[in-house]
Amino acid sequence: MNMDFHERYPIDEVGVTERVDRLNRRSIKKESKLSGLKLALSMIDHTTLEGSDSPGKVIQLCSKARTPFAPMPDLPTLAAVCVYPTMVPVAVKALEGSGVHVASVATAFPSGLAPLSVKLEDTKYAVEHGATEIDMVISRGKFLSGEFQYVFDEIAQIKEACGLAHLKVILETGELQTLENVRKASILAMMAGADFIKTSTGKVQPAATQPVTLVMLEAIRDFHQSTGKKIGMKPAGGIRKAKQALQYLVMVHETLGLDWLHKDMFRFGASSLTNDILMQIVKQTDGVYQSSAYFSND
Amino acid sequence: MKPKSSQTPDPSMAETFLKYAAAPESTRQIRLRDQYGLFIDGTFRKPESGQWMDSLNPANESLLAKVAVASEQDVHRAVQAAGKAQKKWQKMPARERGKVLYRLARLIQERSRELSVIESMDGGKPIRESRDVDIPLVAAWFFYYAGWADKLQYAFPGRETTPVGVCGQIIPWNFPLLMLAWKIAPALAAGNTVVLKPAETTSLTALVFADICRDADVPPGVINIITGAAATGQALVHHPEIKKIAFTGSTAVGKWIQKAIAGTGKKYSLELGGKGANIIFEDAPLDQAVEGVINAIFFNQGHVCCAGARLLVQESVSESFLRKLKHRMSHLIVGDPLDKNTDIGAINSASQLQRIKEYINIGLAEGAQMYQSHETVPSKGYFCSPTLFTDVSQSNTVVQEEIFGPVLTVQTFRTPSEALEKANNTPYGLSGGVWTDKGSKIFQAGSEIQAGVLWSNTFNKFDPTSPFGGVKESGVGREGGLHGLYPYINLR
Repeated sequence: MNMDFHERYPIDEVGVTERVDRLNRRSIKKESKLSGLKLALSMIDHTTLEGSDSPGKVIQLCSKARTPFAPMPDLPTLAAVCVYPTMVPVAVKALEGSGVHVASVATAFPSGLAPLSVKLEDTKYAVEHGATEIDMVISRGKFLSGEFQYVFDEIAQIKEACGLAHLKVILETGELQTLENVRKASILAMMAGADFIKTSTGKVQPAATQPVTLVMLEAIRDFHQSTGKKIGMKPAGGIRKAKQALQYLVMVHETLGLDWLHKDMFRFGASSLTNDILMQIVKQTDGVYQSSAYFSND
Repeated sequence: MKPKSSQTPDPSMAETFLKYAAAPESTRQIRLRDQYGLFIDGTFRKPESGQWMDSLNPANESLLAKVAVASEQDVHRAVQAAGKAQKKWQKMPARERGKVLYRLARLIQERSRELSVIESMDGGKPIRESRDVDIPLVAAWFFYYAGWADKLQYAFPGRETTPVGVCGQIIPWNFPLLMLAWKIAPALAAGNTVVLKPAETTSLTALVFADICRDADVPPGVINIITGAAATGQALVHHPEIKKIAFTGSTAVGKWIQKAIAGTGKKYSLELGGKGANIIFEDAPLDQAVEGVINAIFFNQGHVCCAGARLLVQESVSESFLRKLKHRMSHLIVGDPLDKNTDIGAINSASQLQRIKEYINIGLAEGAQMYQSHETVPSKGYFCSPTLFTDVSQSNTVVQEEIFGPVLTVQTFRTPSEALEKANNTPYGLSGGVWTDKGSKIFQAGSEIQAGVLWSNTFNKFDPTSPFGGVKESGVGREGGLHGLYPYINLR
């Protein structure tokens, strides 16, 4: 299969929903559940993207990412902390030596409606201040009006500006609306140099959904088949429960396989997911649910 | 002191997760008797024959219960009971008949978990299917025909309907309780009484259903369930007081029934074998079509008369489609039917497994390329790996004959007309599937494929409102919908 984002790739929405429904019937129990929960925990991009963010808030978030639950020191750390560019220096300092990555949104997040030069500056600022991962947004207006080459070139230039930092390309699937658009944007982004493709900013509803994620995972699989390159996936927004996280992992496993069941290849963009996973891990270990008051709200 | 953190994820986490720990459905609530007699005139009786047969669990070859073998005399008693009951049943206000059917539907829903588990233990099908497909459809069928019971004059405006009388019904082992529902619900709604014979390897849910009939106050004799093998079925077909035969099973037996009842005036409906073609055009939604192929041939271990057993895929996409299909097959879970994660359970019987293996050997001997997604399957019980045959042609035995197992043949085509010609080049005509993004191709296939059922961009979907049945050697008569009432009424 040759990759060409201009080529139409029909997708039947009813069929996608049915496939998701079948995947969700996998029953994840006992040791599989506990391992899946820990794995999901290790894949979280712990996120705060508010206009009200301050160094204090970011430091709290970083502390949670380093030590998700003090009574269980053997739990994995979260994968990254995801913040706005001006918060990057704070996060870098707070996470020093922890192995937790600092991810920064850039490119006039969340709308992306700024000139390319501003987006490039935005990106470079974050990278220069120590962000090792950049979450960019595509120009959805250009995409929807058919200017695919513009969107492609923009991603390619941002990628160059990233240098060694990993580039996650946010498609904002809630605005692309159709699954065929999601497929096309996924292939386009991967061809243009994305290291990860990501569903949403979290600022538009619907954010991540399972049908959208499945279509993106299938695009990643076909891209790998065709080019040999392994691209990562990040659903973001709306994933709040441990059970949902396990359902996503089942989807990743049965679409892409073991190689993608790792934080280097799959991330959850979420803020409240962490505590639900922690509660479930404690339940799996101790056999009883704990009060949410035992878990810090950072 | 440096806080303890920076844990890198342990690589075995992913491996432990993806093995999906066993998640078996509990059998603690299931109470099966040691032996089941014949359900005649509202009570269980010992068979006159004095003979009993074993009902085995095909997943572990253990004995579930002993089941009576009905002799000719037993058949006669059941038909007599049904005849006596039919006169009252016909005269009962139609609304009351409807109520009985509604009660059956509700009791089936109430006991759906128990029925699902027994269906999976006795027949080998995965609990995911018996729980989500079989038993919900059983209830839906009774609900649907309950509604028709007092509306027959609207079903056939300006005509007077009378019931046929006592119906002899013989059902197969692939969907035991669902086939019972397809047969009994329309018959009773139209005022008939029935003598039903389940398949010899899968009688148990029918016998639990007999208990449900008593709980639902079905008048004695309206539903009679006699178990046994071929001789029992033959006695039922030959009985002179049977007015209609409804049969689902093989084409060979269907032909025998037609001969046996020729000249007797008995009505009949036959739902027989199939070798459905599933056509993938190059403009199809390929990822969803892969899932459709999985549902078409690996649903119920391929023990489906309307299975899409022949895959016809356009040459331009055949390579990528097959790669996707093989990848999907590698994630099917073959094993314990009671595990909630099992996709493919046990083959129904040792003899059926033997038959499938013979066909696989014939396919290899005729030069086909075989792909099996699972190198090993459980050794205890009757299991078969999902199997693909490529490099086959229309003249191969595995393409021509119904295998009734998880075996798919793959042929390619270049043009739509070539696909339709191949699809129709079979003595069967039960089902077909077409996958394309283009409506006109769907309409063309719909008018040219000779099959009773055609699915577009989906496969193996069933609903009580939709008639089901075959053309050519796949049978006569329709079950389901308004059409499903015709075999059970005389019109004046």
